[in-house]
Amino acid sequence: MSYSIIKLYYGDYGEAKNGAADISTNNTPKEEWPLWEIFIRSKQGLDHKHAGSLHAADAAMAIENARDVYTRRMEGVSIWAVESKYIHASVPEEAGSLYDPANDKAYRHPTFYDLPDEVKYM
Amino acid sequence: MEKNMETIFQDKIDKEIRIEPKDWMPEKYRQTLIRQISQHAHSEIIGMLPEGNWITRAPSLKRKAILIAKVQDEAGHGLYLYSAAETLGISRDEMYDQLHSGKAKYSSIFNYPTLSWADMGVVGWLVDGAAIMNQVPLCRSSFGPYARAMVRVCKEESFHQRQGFEILYVLSKGTEAQRKMAQDAINRWWWPSIMMFGPKDDESPNSIQSMKWKIKRFSNDELRQKFIDVCAEQVKVLGFTLPDKDLKWNEERGHYDFGEINWDEFWQVIAGNGPCNKERLDARKKAWADGEWVRAAATAHAAKKAAKRTAA
Repeated sequence: MSYSIIKLYYGDYGEAKNGAADISTNNTPKEEWPLWEIFIRSKQGLDHKHAGSLHAADAAMAIENARDVYTRRMEGVSIWAVESKYIHASVPEEAGSLYDPANDKAYRHPTFYDLPDEVKYM
Repeated sequence: MEKNMETIFQDKIDKEIRIEPKDWMPEKYRQTLIRQISQHAHSEIIGMLPEGNWITRAPSLKRKAILIAKVQDEAGHGLYLYSAAETLGISRDEMYDQLHSGKAKYSSIFNYPTLSWADMGVVGWLVDGAAIMNQVPLCRSSFGPYARAMVRVCKEESFHQRQGFEILYVLSKGTEAQRKMAQDAINRWWWPSIMMFGPKDDESPNSIQSMKWKIKRFSNDELRQKFIDVCAEQVKVLGFTLPDKDLKWNEERGHYDFGEINWDEFWQVIAGNGPCNKERLDARKKAWADGEWVRAAATAHAAKKAAKRTAA
């Protein structure tokens, strides 16, 4: 028996054999719960940091789900949940021009300045 | 234009710059990732079933608590991965549909039954062990959200593997019946475990592409060999054996030689003819259908509360 073996990876059983060649993304979500972005403060004194996202019907459920999904091992002392549609992001294609003003200003960094070795505590 | 974008894209990959969801990417890269990440997520979710089978029958309260925690972790892993896949433009419901309709696959290993308590030990040691071997390099996958999800997963998998080995270690110090049960579990799970790494390497253009895109960094055979080398030593600590008469240390290669894998069985299980394919999918579909009213009720409740807030 001969197989047309293609390269397969863990969690990836290939296209030919599983009939999933066309992963269609028709973008017609049904009654899906909205998506939330979750931010976690790992301990007092630190910033909230993006941990990931999840689905929940409302904010209270988002926080409870975030507790179960992202803090099963005491990873957090505080949770922020923001519905994903309210996140505004810069556009990757515009990164060049957006950050251009900072590009040529090395003098904003302390290492730009050559000081004699005798100078201490600076 | 397209060509130029692809050159820039490949250049980023070569420089080990991670690709993020809103960045330009070749359509094939996006589809390959959606398929791989969603199938990985499905594997975590289906993977809860064979172990969930033993929660009510765990031999002690301690083991029961550990098993519940582990199964909960698997659910978490599935959720991290579904979220990562969603950043590529597929919805959660679409992924569920693909799983439930049989269009998307999950790891063949979860289509084998968990017959005895020792299976919980072997699933942790071998199945999670093989998963870790595969997943550690995925922490450096070129797609940012996948790599970040895998970092979380790997941190947690380590407990899974160790608790499994400990179950077997305790059994290995037990009665003759317990030792027999453990050896039997190893015998049943060994071959399916090493099949988890997928078919043998070949020269397919697909593989070259995936390696070039750094979606994955080691070949199936490299990882399988590494896994076999590790397990062949670990099994000695347990005083059990691996069911492969050809398993032998090869001084020259610096690796263990091993016997021929039954690929026919592998493809049969992938094709849906494994011992538990139908049972697993039916359980999953039932859970989804039974939860329908809960999802609808939560949506209705949220809408009602939102309306109240607006009115006030």
